[in-house]
Amino acid sequence: MVNYIWAGMAIIGIIYAMFAGTMDKVNEAIFQSSSEAVTLSIGLISVLVFWLGIMRVAEKAGILQVLAKIFRPLVRRLFPEIPKDHPAMGYILSNLTANLFGLGNAATPMGIKAMEQMKQLSGTDTASRSMITFLALNTSSLTIIPTTVIAIRMQYNSVSPTEIVGTTIIATLISTASAILIDRFYFYRSIRRGE
Amino acid sequence: MGIITSVSVWLIPSFILTVLLVASWKKVPAYETFVEGGKEGVKMAFSLLPFLVGMIVSISILRSSGALEAFIGLITPFLTLIGFPPDILPLAIVRPISGTAALGMTTELINTHGPDSFIGRLASTMQGSTDTTLYILTVYFGAIGIRKMRYAVKVGLLADVVGVIASIIVVTLVFG
Repeated sequence: MVNYIWAGMAIIGIIYAMFAGTMDKVNEAIFQSSSEAVTLSIGLISVLVFWLGIMRVAEKAGILQVLAKIFRPLVRRLFPEIPKDHPAMGYILSNLTANLFGLGNAATPMGIKAMEQMKQLSGTDTASRSMITFLALNTSSLTIIPTTVIAIRMQYNSVSPTEIVGTTIIATLISTASAILIDRFYFYRSIRRGE
Repeated sequence: MGIITSVSVWLIPSFILTVLLVASWKKVPAYETFVEGGKEGVKMAFSLLPFLVGMIVSISILRSSGALEAFIGLITPFLTLIGFPPDILPLAIVRPISGTAALGMTTELINTHGPDSFIGRLASTMQGSTDTTLYILTVYFGAIGIRKMRYAVKVGLLADVVGVIASIIVVTLVFG
């Protein structure tokens, strides 16, 4: 599906540009955005190196295992495939905690680590059930402090920059709960179809 | 607000402090372990590069051609009919596709309508309550080399739709 989305976006854009006369803009966008993407990847190096380094120390020191142990009852039901006390649990929890506090920078490296551990468990290049559940949790953005949004609202002189925290939490709870349900629905459907 | 921001500010340094204290206490070679783990980050960033270039270029072709705007203009009348605020539509569509574009749109909506207007609050809630599905998909699966994504894309995008609808309903009920 991602193949179709990826190709589809470019195909629609280029064909539309033929008729709308925006080909020059498309041309410019191709080169500009690819260089932006490279800058973004390079920019990720600092965050990735720092957090993966710290997380490795945390893992060796046994902190991830402690985290995993404390929250195991809660998270086990979400990830039944992952054995208890497996390091994947620790990374999943660190990622969710970072997301919860709106620390996207720290969340990404931990999320990638969690995925890597789950891949070791499954041992294939096919997305496993746990990976998709984890992805669903991340895309629905379980957050309690939308730091960036609050910052923007302050910049534009909001009377109460944080008044949207409540609505954000409710909306995010609804979307996260739905993400889990949708994920379960497709998982059981894929089993029934014998995929 | 004071408490919330200070929790955010204190969280990372406190976490690092805990990690380093426990590591030293357990006699883990902290610095060497850090460097060893950090090396992985360099590799990871480079393996991500082609995935990000591919995705970002494709998205920017769609945006720069004007096709996205045209599509939004086309379906606006239908959405107004069912009570969907048309001003928010571009953000709702772009949010799962491009994080930077969505942030730009949120800023622009807050700037035009004011942070304490209905649209301003709705844009803020929507921006905060969902994440960039395609980016997360690209980065997480790209970094570890997942080829077959199965039903992952569907789950992510459907959850975004629910998030958008939930934001509208919640903001209407609370601030409406």
